[in-house]
Amino acid sequence: MAVTREVVIPNKEGLHFRPIMKFVDTAQRYQAGVTVHCEDRQADGRSPMEMLMLVATQGAKVKVVADGVDAEELVNALVSLVESGFGEM
Amino acid sequence: MITKKGINASPGVAIGPALVLDTEEYRIPLRTVDPSQLATQIRNLDAALQASRQEVQELRVAATRKLGDDTAGIFAFHEQFIADPRLREQVVELIQQRRYSAAYAFGQVMNQRQKLFRSVADPYLKERVRDIFDIEKRVLRHILGRTREDMTRLTEPVVVVAADITPSQAISLDRRHILGFAINVGGPTSHMAIISKLLGIPAVVALGDITSDVSGGETLIVDGTAGIVVASPDPETIARYQERQREHERQVARLRTLRDQPAVTRDGVAIELLANIEVPEEAAAAVEAGAQGVGLYRTELLFLSSTRVPTEEQQYETYRAAVEAAAGRPVIIRTLDLGADKLAPALGAAPHEHNPVLGLRSLRYCLLHLDLFKTHLRAILRASVAGDVRIMFPMIATVMELRQAKATLADVMEDLDEEGLAFRRDLPIGMMVETPAAALLAPAFAREAAFLSIGSNDLTQYTLAVDRGNERVAHLFSAHNPAVLRLLHRVARAGRVYGCEVSLCGEMAGAPLYTQLLLGLGLRRLSMASCDIPAVKQVVRRTTLAACRALAARVLKFDADRQVLNTLRDAHRALDPEDES
Repeated sequence: MAVTREVVIPNKEGLHFRPIMKFVDTAQRYQAGVTVHCEDRQADGRSPMEMLMLVATQGAKVKVVADGVDAEELVNALVSLVESGFGEM
Repeated sequence: MITKKGINASPGVAIGPALVLDTEEYRIPLRTVDPSQLATQIRNLDAALQASRQEVQELRVAATRKLGDDTAGIFAFHEQFIADPRLREQVVELIQQRRYSAAYAFGQVMNQRQKLFRSVADPYLKERVRDIFDIEKRVLRHILGRTREDMTRLTEPVVVVAADITPSQAISLDRRHILGFAINVGGPTSHMAIISKLLGIPAVVALGDITSDVSGGETLIVDGTAGIVVASPDPETIARYQERQREHERQVARLRTLRDQPAVTRDGVAIELLANIEVPEEAAAAVEAGAQGVGLYRTELLFLSSTRVPTEEQQYETYRAAVEAAAGRPVIIRTLDLGADKLAPALGAAPHEHNPVLGLRSLRYCLLHLDLFKTHLRAILRASVAGDVRIMFPMIATVMELRQAKATLADVMEDLDEEGLAFRRDLPIGMMVETPAAALLAPAFAREAAFLSIGSNDLTQYTLAVDRGNERVAHLFSAHNPAVLRLLHRVARAGRVYGCEVSLCGEMAGAPLYTQLLLGLGLRRLSMASCDIPAVKQVVRRTTLAACRALAARVLKFDADRQVLNTLRDAHRALDPEDES
């Protein structure tokens, strides 16, 4: 069962190295697969390269889509990570 | 076992593990593998990814300790990047679907990623291309074995295999650990060849694609005397080459005993044998090898090895050290001879030239950049009080150039006078003869210069219109071409008529095959790599000037270089080892 949530990138740097590292780290702790969408681009939430290529800057709206047994928990964890500004704000 | 023939660039035999350097930004040749090998390729990839990840992890820990979390963060990202499941997926896909080797498939994927980064408008992301390069290098090194290594930090002896070695790379080499060179491009007189000879390291160049034929760690034999490279030799072949290696060492030792013997022909004519040097330390080595002085001190190295133009003091200290090491023997300092084939980063990027060898280089460059040139001349003049310094201008084609250079030197002398700085006012001012124009106008130049020094490499290149570094035409480059020989003869004669000393520096001077001919043409002063002096001296001591003159007269009648070569070989073979003066 796929779980979808939208979230706005709040931090100044946007999805750059450090935020992405935290994001990927989190995604890897769950079994569900996760895809992240930004405008017409999409990325595997476990691939730092693809996440970088999303070029999601401050204020960008991203959609997090997870599918798998723990999809709900994964999406919650990712969304709260993003909303907290990746703990950097 | 693979045997490849190239061009012998520096004599001797080296046997050891290969260190493959791919200088061209890691472009791995397209290689497809047999379907049965695909699983092995994937295993190699996984092992390389795993090893790279481990390495980065260690770097991260060390960086956290030494540099703090910010720097360590970069490695943490590298670590994640290497562990990226999509990365492995894409590479494995290429291996399985296109049968690419792991190295090639990985390179392809990294290439796509670099392009992606570059296409992004965000300047911060664009910068990350460098990280991608770094990661790519690390993983490729693991896939290919010990591939990319810094030559300045070698820990064990290796045979260096590379597409090309730039002069600045060559000088940063750790000489103790380099057994030999096997190089894709180049000719017998390319810079690479000159430097390896100078260092006494066996080298074979113009091997085509040796960098992809050999993999890191493979045993390699480099026979720099015959111009042959053998990869993965069998035990008998190794034994055979070890014998050749010993023979070469015996020969070197034999020639060394010639050091204290005078360079005099059997009919009593003294020949001056001088050394070509690039760094002050070589001046001492030259004296050790029996050189009677330095016939060519190339001053470019100081400019090539730094990203900044060396100051007057740095130059002065360097030149003075060389002059002092020569201990009173003459030292001919050639002024800056930088061209497009050896551009100094210090001088900034030169505008693109269609034909750099015929472009703004050498003295032409200096005359246009007078500040740089004057600083250079000041340093040389100040060093002149330390010994017998002579100054030589390169790359002259017109009389006006020589006059301008001399006028600049006079200006600098005047400045030094005003500042009360010491220099030798009477220092001889000579020039190189390396353009056909200078050779044809030799009588005019002989009247205005204190000495002429023939640069046979460039003279041959310009006379025959052949780029000696281009292996596709390098076979046309021959210093014994009749056209070149007639120019040499002309310059030697002009020197005699006008009482102007003529010498020859360049590869020709160091090749024993040419020694008798050069003497016969009227040359009495030859300058060469110090390691060549003993062999040339041996020829001098076994021949007579009368025989040399007869040889030259015969050779000058030939029209084809093949005839010249055969005659020179016969004359060289005919030298009787027992007949020494």
